[in-house]
Amino acid sequence: MKEKTPFLKRPGVQTALASLLCAVLGILIGFIVLLLMNPAHAAEGMWAILKNFFKYSNNTKNLMYYFGSTLVKSVPVILCAEAILFAYKAGLFNIGAAGQYTVGILACVYTAVALHWNWFFALLAAIVAGAVWGLLGGIVKAFFNVNEVIAGIMLNWIGLYLTNIVLGRETVMDTTKSETYEIVKVNPSGTLPGFLQGLFGGNQYMTIAIPLAVIIAILIKIVLNKTTFGYELKATGYNKEAARYAGMNAKRNIVLTLVISGAISGLAAGSYYLTGIEHFKIASSVPGMGFNGIAVAFLGGLDPIGAIVAGLFVEYITLGGQYLNTNYFNPQVADLMVSIIIYLCGFVLFIKHIFNKNKASVGAVNANAVTDADAAANEAAKSAIEKTKTPDTGAEKEV
Amino acid sequence: MEDYVIEMLHITKEFPGIIANDDITLQLKRGEIHALLGENGAGKSTLMSVLFGLYTPEKGTIKKNGKEVKINNPNDATALGIGMVHQHFMLVDIFSVLDNIILGAEPNKCGFLTKKEAKKKVMDLSEKYGLKVDPDALIEDITVGMQQRVEILKMLYRDNEVLIFDEPTAVLTPQEIDELMKIMKNLAAEGKSILFITHKLNEIMEVADRCTILRKGKYIGTVDVNKTTKEELSTMMVGRHVKFAVDKAPANPGAEVLKVENLCIKSKLHSKDAVHNVSFNVRKGEIVCIAGIDGNGQTEFVYGLTGLDDIKSGKIILDGEDITHKNIRYKNTHGMSHIPEDRHKHGLVLDYSLEENMSLQRYFEPEFSKAGFLNKDKMREYSDRLATAFDVRSSEGAKTIVRSMSGGNQQKAIVAREMDKDHDLLIAVQPTRGLDVGAIEYIHTEIVKQRDAGCAILLVSLELDEVMNLSDRILVMYEGEIVGELDPKSTTLQELGLYMSGAKRDRVKEA
Repeated sequence: MKEKTPFLKRPGVQTALASLLCAVLGILIGFIVLLLMNPAHAAEGMWAILKNFFKYSNNTKNLMYYFGSTLVKSVPVILCAEAILFAYKAGLFNIGAAGQYTVGILACVYTAVALHWNWFFALLAAIVAGAVWGLLGGIVKAFFNVNEVIAGIMLNWIGLYLTNIVLGRETVMDTTKSETYEIVKVNPSGTLPGFLQGLFGGNQYMTIAIPLAVIIAILIKIVLNKTTFGYELKATGYNKEAARYAGMNAKRNIVLTLVISGAISGLAAGSYYLTGIEHFKIASSVPGMGFNGIAVAFLGGLDPIGAIVAGLFVEYITLGGQYLNTNYFNPQVADLMVSIIIYLCGFVLFIKHIFNKNKASVGAVNANAVTDADAAANEAAKSAIEKTKTPDTGAEKEV
Repeated sequence: MEDYVIEMLHITKEFPGIIANDDITLQLKRGEIHALLGENGAGKSTLMSVLFGLYTPEKGTIKKNGKEVKINNPNDATALGIGMVHQHFMLVDIFSVLDNIILGAEPNKCGFLTKKEAKKKVMDLSEKYGLKVDPDALIEDITVGMQQRVEILKMLYRDNEVLIFDEPTAVLTPQEIDELMKIMKNLAAEGKSILFITHKLNEIMEVADRCTILRKGKYIGTVDVNKTTKEELSTMMVGRHVKFAVDKAPANPGAEVLKVENLCIKSKLHSKDAVHNVSFNVRKGEIVCIAGIDGNGQTEFVYGLTGLDDIKSGKIILDGEDITHKNIRYKNTHGMSHIPEDRHKHGLVLDYSLEENMSLQRYFEPEFSKAGFLNKDKMREYSDRLATAFDVRSSEGAKTIVRSMSGGNQQKAIVAREMDKDHDLLIAVQPTRGLDVGAIEYIHTEIVKQRDAGCAILLVSLELDEVMNLSDRILVMYEGEIVGELDPKSTTLQELGLYMSGAKRDRVKEA
């Protein structure tokens, strides 16, 4: 009975392989797109994206600096992915993460810039704001049986316009640049404390947000796998009726899950905007971060640690677009490639299914999960497409 | 040469890791009633799915009237005149009988319905085969028996000549079963050929001409029913001799454990109560059975009793304590165990491992968790202990994902969990539903053991054999009310049937 499962049959290994396959396929299709756009320079362009910041490999300081930037920009998408997979384990599709992230921006930027709060309290404000947004969705879901996806989408827009109104005030918005004031200039205590900045070529955006994201991922892993709370959440996620039958308090768990998920989304916003790398601009659509988090969560095989790897990868490819020669290519090709990879994420479960084809028990692959993953991938792809259509909501600093 | 209307020759259908049909031959003569007998998992459904074009067999041929045919999808089957009455009716509740019959084959002129002719055809068929229906009644207003007649008319309306009945008697009262048997004989006499899937031997003996027996995917044989016996059939089906009766000593009831007073539960479907003014008690050491036809309020009653649904009024008293408005967790931890009707919906988290499911009612107890952290070693030990004690078999022990286990072992896992948990009252709803004869024997023995150990048992069952064999007292539920209390030793199946169909009732409705 203590027989060891063969390496290739372990679910974790299979998920990792499937995700890897999606990534490779995505890059290949991306290459085909490059070929169609400009056959002469396709290989060169592909190489630029993949080589990425390693083009500075002869200059360690620059190399580490840009590596640091990739890390910094991965943090919010990783945290959003954590928020989403946490809720997903409980059977809730928290598409509202995008809105929770947005009100997180509202809270941390406003408290840091207008109220001159210290970074700790500003970060806390972001967490609380996200949690409150999650709570609103949780309450209507638990007590009025409103689908959390519908509630989430509505709350996303409410959050966006609320943020536009509050952050559009002259106390926070620099009207000449039409973006929020730099936190470092108006309130130096508002930025997060640095983290290994020396090691990363003096990258001033390297902050404690990075270790924090890792800690959150580990905490989520522990909560899901080792605690009675995690046991209840997963039971509810797999089979709500059985959880009810076993006397679990479904309503409390729904609310609590969305509050925690919202808090992590809020933290994602705080751990990005409080580095000072990003400023808020009045936006006409909900920031894509929350949606990209859905994709990263699935690419990471719905595992908290897997999400870290997936988040780094997605951000690596996205930033790789900036290394493309703009004479030949539109830098958004990288976004397109990420969208394709994200779309292929929907097939992770399908590929796992193929791995297991000769195993009878897998005949019962959760069809639900497949469609959910598909929906998630579609949503994320949509947001990525939107991103290419409308100007990005945040004014990213030139690298 | 015999006149076969359908021949399925040497059909082999494999699924990954299992051969569902292994070289099976089934030949249906014109105008005969041919029973297909086998336990759950014997391959009956697979074989019928092959005939219906849902699966493509690896080997074997299908012939219609002696000519080989290819059936790739259900449309092909329909075109060949093969029709099926499903166990769960495929009817639109808010449509009339006539609309349901013509659904999918609507007679029309330039896109406009021509119902008049359809109605005439339906009425002619109804008369010819003795299928009494009211074409204008809505499905939701008619009895289950009549709904089944609608299903049969649907097939006749499409001029099908081969009719498949998939366990048609599961939802019927004894009287309705008699009626159905008559109809089937009529149909056969008029030249229709009938395939009758069942595991009820009495029905085969009564109505079928021949019977093909499958066991574990293999073809065991085809026999002439009038040359065989019930015992022979059951031995062929199970592969060993089976005891039909449950061994049990007379009950020795003690103190009252459960008392239900004037319980009313609202219906989700209509304005009437689903459960109305139900009062009874269950004492230590007795098995009280609530019998009735499916859909007469038993499910709602159990939901209300266990806390899965709200109740409208009334009282539930367990061990002298009023638990009417306590939550599920409280009931579960204060003496109530519940083997739910639907093991997939309520009883198990299918994607959890066996060990996780075994502690589903107890994970929060100090034995299994400390300061919010689970003690996985204890969970495994516990699961292994229960699996040994209750003979729950699984491929990878405690780690096995429950979804991959067989239905019988899944059910045994639930039975083990609920019986081992501290309890005074065991509510067992359809505890042997969908199980094979061996597992049924086992679960019945365990329930009797529980009773003899002093547990109060409330059994809710639709299986008449189970009701008659297992219970010490029978309460019959009809349209949400208890209409009679019977002693299984002195009553007959016919009498039970009269109560179940509402033809007879003892208690005067309380105002």
